[in-house]
Amino acid sequence: MIFLDNLINGLSLGSIYAIIALGYTMVYGIAKMLNFAHGDVIMIGAYIAFCGLQYWGLPPVVAILVAMAVCTLLGVTIEGLAYRPLRQAASLAVLITAIGMSYLLQNIALMIWGANPKSFPRTFINNSILRLGGLSMSSATVFTILTNIVVMVVLNLFISHTKLGKAMRCVSEDRGAAELMGIKVNRTISATFAIGSALAAIAGVLLCSSYPILQPTTGSMPGIKAFTAAVFGGIGSIPGAMLGGVLLGVIEIFGKAYISTELGDALVFAVLIVVLLVKPTGLLGKPVREKV
Amino acid sequence: MTEIQQAAPLLRVNELHVYYGAIHAIKGISLEVYENEIVTLIGANGAGKSTTLNTIAGLLKPRQGTVELNGAVISGLGASKIVPKGLSLCPEGRRIFQQMTVRENLEMGAFTRTPGEIPASLEEMFQRFPRLKEREKQIAGTLSGGEQQMLAMARALMSRPRLLMLDEPSMGLAPILVEQIFDIVKELHDTGVTILLVEQNAQMALAVADRAYVMETGTITMQGPAQELLHNDAVQKAYLGS
Ligand SMILES: Nc1ncnc2c1ncn2[C@@H]1O[C@H](COP(=O)(O)OP(=O)(O)O)[C@@H](O)[C@H]1O
Ligand SMILES: [Mg+2]
Repeated sequence: MIFLDNLINGLSLGSIYAIIALGYTMVYGIAKMLNFAHGDVIMIGAYIAFCGLQYWGLPPVVAILVAMAVCTLLGVTIEGLAYRPLRQAASLAVLITAIGMSYLLQNIALMIWGANPKSFPRTFINNSILRLGGLSMSSATVFTILTNIVVMVVLNLFISHTKLGKAMRCVSEDRGAAELMGIKVNRTISATFAIGSALAAIAGVLLCSSYPILQPTTGSMPGIKAFTAAVFGGIGSIPGAMLGGVLLGVIEIFGKAYISTELGDALVFAVLIVVLLVKPTGLLGKPVREKV
Repeated sequence: MTEIQQAAPLLRVNELHVYYGAIHAIKGISLEVYENEIVTLIGANGAGKSTTLNTIAGLLKPRQGTVELNGAVISGLGASKIVPKGLSLCPEGRRIFQQMTVRENLEMGAFTRTPGEIPASLEEMFQRFPRLKEREKQIAGTLSGGEQQMLAMARALMSRPRLLMLDEPSMGLAPILVEQIFDIVKELHDTGVTILLVEQNAQMALAVADRAYVMETGTITMQGPAQELLHNDAVQKAYLGS
């Protein structure tokens, strides 16, 4: 029973990582950059949802939608103001800009909401305990896993069947050839940030529903772990992000339960290192073909 | 010839200069393509042929000079805005979307067109390239070199261009396939597509073309009717190996 409890908790935590990892991997695949501010977009999303619930008296679903809208706008703005001017610049310049953006978002949150942790309110997501046989789990756990499944299915349908989704695949594979098809690359990259950031808002709400402490650094650690998950699964690969995220969550929870609570996080990164040593492109990553 | 050339050209390239950073790759070239012509641009490796086509298509921005399509300036618009104006580039190295199916590749070629027009164009391509019909659902990366070239050409045609630019369509193909590609070029021309063809295979290119330009290190050194250049001593020495 404890084993099953841990497994379900691992799947739930992994689902959060997976949803965040999607943002990293899509942006990497399409814009060829690591958006290190992504974790902090999660935190902003969680704060907006928090304000909606706590101060503005919004119904939970509306609060989540508002958080998604704000994050979408934030993601598109960050891309347009900070990353787009660097499209031709060295990747190191882009990376440093992304790290700077991450600190900027954390400090803006600090300015608006202060350093004191906020306690994330209870909603329909986490206000009950579900019992199933001998298992009892928070509704947040189940909700998170289900949300992850829905996100995966919808995103896959979107990528494989819609015009925008196909344009994203083209830009990801060959930006120049995509332009020759008449695809507007900048607009496609904007749309990618929009989707990744809306998902970040969902991840933020799910994260704070399970771990209800909200502060300006809330997004950092999940952000780094989700980035790890994306690399673990094969950065640029959407199924890789899903698999990497879920596996990482399970490994973390089992590591904490059976090996050492303190070393749980270290274990996550140890696994990453081993995987990258054995398969440098990650679990589902494609071997990089260098352009001649 | 003379009669056609009195009309305004479909494509006019005017004193074009293109740089890669500090490298001056194209040094003030001018050329024209008239409706219904096949014009070929030949020259050694590194002469600047691909740079010229990429700049016309809008992938590169010229530092000086203009490109006009049908009298309207298109240089500076960017590739995605040039395609719907009726100019399509089938790039060097094919650059098909390896991870998409043959059909998806063709559909991407029609990205700027209204969805209702696509099935008819698909049908047309499948008729012209029956091989692609057989491989419709196959992932494009698994096609042979010749099939990939046909896919790249069909994809470029899916936007219904008035001017089709082909960058070394015969590169890396077996001689029999090269012949097939040139046959297709002639057929396309017969159906009313104007073609600007870049080739290293000067012999075959000059044989199908109406007019030709010879490029050397970023400048145009010779131009004229293709038949004349085919028998020109300097061209024969440099490009036809005789
Ligand atoms: N991306 C690039 N960066 C720098 N120089 C380039 C680039 N592409 C081409 N060149 C240079 O520009 C010149 C023309 O190249 P290109 O247009 O590819 O020639 P061609 O197609 O005639 O073989 C060459 O000297 C080549 O080295
Ligand atoms: Mg070339």
